[in-house]
Amino acid sequence: MGMKTFEQLDETLHYEELENGLKVYVLEKKGFNKTYATFTTHYGSVDNHFKPLGKDEDVKVPDGIAHFLEHKLFEKEQGDVFQDFSKQGASANAFTTFNRTAYLFSTTGDVKKNLTTLIDFVQEPYFTEKTVEKEKGIIGQEIRMYDDNPDWRVYFGLIENMYHHHPVKIDIAGTEKSIAKITKDDLYECYETFYHPSNMILFIVGPVDAEEILNFVKDNQSKKTFKEKAPIERFFEEEPATVAKAEKVIEMTVQTPKCYIGFKEAAPNRKGKELMRHELCVNLLLEMMFGKSSPNYEALYEEGLIDQTFSFDYTEENGFGFSMLGGDTQSPDQFVQRISEMVESFKQEPVSHDAFERARKKKIGAFLRSLNSPEFIANQFTRYAFNEMDLFDVIPVFESLEVRDVEDVLQNHFKKEAMTVCQVRKKKS
Amino acid sequence: MGIVNHKKTDLHGMTVHTIETKKYKTTSFILQIKEAINEKSVTKRALLAYVLQSGTKDFPSSKELRSALDDLYGATLNADLSKKGENQVISIRMEVANEKFLSNSEPVLDKAFHLLSQVLLAPAEENGAFKEGIVKKEKRSLKQQIESIYDDKMRYANKRLLEEMYESEPYRLNVYGNENEVDAITSKELYDYYKEVVKNDKVDLYVIGDISTDEMIEKVKKHFRFSEDRNEKENQKQDTKKEKQVSEVKEIFEEQDVQQGKLHMGYRTYTTYSDEDYFALQVFNGIFGGFSHSKLFMNVREKESLAYYAASRFESHKGAVFVMSGIETANYEKAVKIIKEQHEEIKNGNITDAEFEQTKAMINNQVLETIDHPIGLSEVLYHNVVAGTNRSIEDWMEGIKRVTKEDIVKVAQKVTLDTIFFLKGAGTNGNENV
Repeated sequence: MGMKTFEQLDETLHYEELENGLKVYVLEKKGFNKTYATFTTHYGSVDNHFKPLGKDEDVKVPDGIAHFLEHKLFEKEQGDVFQDFSKQGASANAFTTFNRTAYLFSTTGDVKKNLTTLIDFVQEPYFTEKTVEKEKGIIGQEIRMYDDNPDWRVYFGLIENMYHHHPVKIDIAGTEKSIAKITKDDLYECYETFYHPSNMILFIVGPVDAEEILNFVKDNQSKKTFKEKAPIERFFEEEPATVAKAEKVIEMTVQTPKCYIGFKEAAPNRKGKELMRHELCVNLLLEMMFGKSSPNYEALYEEGLIDQTFSFDYTEENGFGFSMLGGDTQSPDQFVQRISEMVESFKQEPVSHDAFERARKKKIGAFLRSLNSPEFIANQFTRYAFNEMDLFDVIPVFESLEVRDVEDVLQNHFKKEAMTVCQVRKKKS
Repeated sequence: MGIVNHKKTDLHGMTVHTIETKKYKTTSFILQIKEAINEKSVTKRALLAYVLQSGTKDFPSSKELRSALDDLYGATLNADLSKKGENQVISIRMEVANEKFLSNSEPVLDKAFHLLSQVLLAPAEENGAFKEGIVKKEKRSLKQQIESIYDDKMRYANKRLLEEMYESEPYRLNVYGNENEVDAITSKELYDYYKEVVKNDKVDLYVIGDISTDEMIEKVKKHFRFSEDRNEKENQKQDTKKEKQVSEVKEIFEEQDVQQGKLHMGYRTYTTYSDEDYFALQVFNGIFGGFSHSKLFMNVREKESLAYYAASRFESHKGAVFVMSGIETANYEKAVKIIKEQHEEIKNGNITDAEFEQTKAMINNQVLETIDHPIGLSEVLYHNVVAGTNRSIEDWMEGIKRVTKEDIVKVAQKVTLDTIFFLKGAGTNGNENV
């Protein structure tokens, strides 16, 4: 068993990699009522072209299958696992992202019992043609719910604009048409490939005894047999640095237009500390350029081009990365023009030390605030770990950054040719 | 000391609630300012929340105020509005990093305290009116906030349900006010209204973190100086006896270009937070549509595959249960029938032991989880202020524990469907053109 203490944060993380390759982490949180556990596979909507475990030929699977699998894993021969959790006083859930599928529960009751349920249900798939067919109606309604959501449409529209080939541009849930093709055999094939323990992380955070929990998990896993672990082969087409489409307008029944601007990262292949530094740099820059205390924010607000919905973010994972900024705006075209001007003029000026320090302080405070949340810790730690980063390095890395670090990123990331715009506008009747 | 170490101190001007805990890496301040929601001031009050967070006497613009917050290690400040029963509550929340986790131990707590007091008691004013520039900008933001409800079809359908169901009751009012009233409010008028608020409204402050109550009380006395003539209004409690009796179910249809129909149903319960059968109603709601083992989820979604979501929620202070589900327009009759049947089932006592036990376990779990979060904790405690009760978290959990199946049946029989609102789809939404 390993242990890492983060003195400044007053946190101790216990961890172990088991024989079957599963990585288990436990963070003790005294004083909390709730224990939160996530069991996550490094598999999401982008993993649609791969070589199935033990086969020679690669396959392409229908869009939305990772999310479909997530839904179906809850159903067992004897019923729905959701019910087992709620009988045990826990609430369970799951979510699928571009490259992760997470199963989770939170409870203020019996942790071990629920942990057993979590591990066992994820490790014992049960798919039948009948249950697969039944789910198509439910997911169909989930897709339609998102279709009616203008925030989701503009977000996804922007990502679609950016990518020529990368499957990040495919909607996570797929389409009603693509999921119609999914069979139980497809689900088993994906499951066998991506749900091997060596491709997964189990994270437990709460008022628990770390050693006891680790031994408990070890004991559970030692009773099961798994195939030999093998590296997973995923295939991605070469993705150009340019955006696929510079502009898109989606018409919907809305009153206020929405507009997002994206900058596509040209070389999103970083890992570990390098990736963390880069992510933090872009986020610091966005904060300096458009944060609430910036002159630009004040000007945009004053000009009536943004409101409280304005936000920005940068994200990068293996193979794709982008920053995006936007929100509701009465004048999308003017908004785009002003943002472009502001980015360009920011690039011309030297970066202010004061603004840099202020943004850094703000980000450190925000990070500390998020550590109040067990959900944040478990989900973000896992995301970081899949990208070979350590969540608890965030503050030291922030503290190590200097103005010249962000200056480089500023010139390389915010390029005109990497920019794209997506708008939702009021449908003309 | 119970699950939560909650101390209440009445000072001139406001009640201070301190919760000492080492759980968090931050200290949270939550100011709750309450007043009965009414047609006359609903929009003004909404605008006031926006204006207060946009500047103080010392930091008279949003940019200056935000810079001051960033310098306090990214302290957050936000004001928002909520409807708790027939009250319109302004919540001003601030969260600041605990100094002990910062490398250079800066004294941020006292500064944060001062800043928060200024937001409430020393806003950016000139000549007896709010600063014109701020008011103008915040009017625009408020209008956009009101408009955005229309764009989120679930929120829109919910708003329309309330307007129809509570046609002649204050609860129909939207917490952000009416868009067409925003422009006419002058800076002077708003400032006069603000004066009334700090003079008359009930104010509660929650401070949660690794703090000492004595020290916090000293700080409150030092920073929060209310005027001498402050005269807090009496707490008005919801009177369930006066709640309207339903003679027939109102059914309202509206058509829009949406992919999925949004079905919203409103029930009157004649029970609120302070009532004896409140706990039974909580359990009723859990069995009806509160969880993924509930009758609505199991029947509308799992059995019939009609929806992705089918749920109910309970408003504690108005005493209403709301059902919501996203369905195919063509499945309207079928979905409504199934939902009504689930209510009938509970009325007839068809509650399995599993449903009964699971629901209680889940409610217990939910309240314990909620109080793990500082805002969640303050909201749970604030129910007592709104309802004029004095229930500890332990009392609450004990109340749920004591509920019997008979209690649930009894309360289910009081629950009455009042209004159905259905936003129907018409064709397809979202044509792309490039």
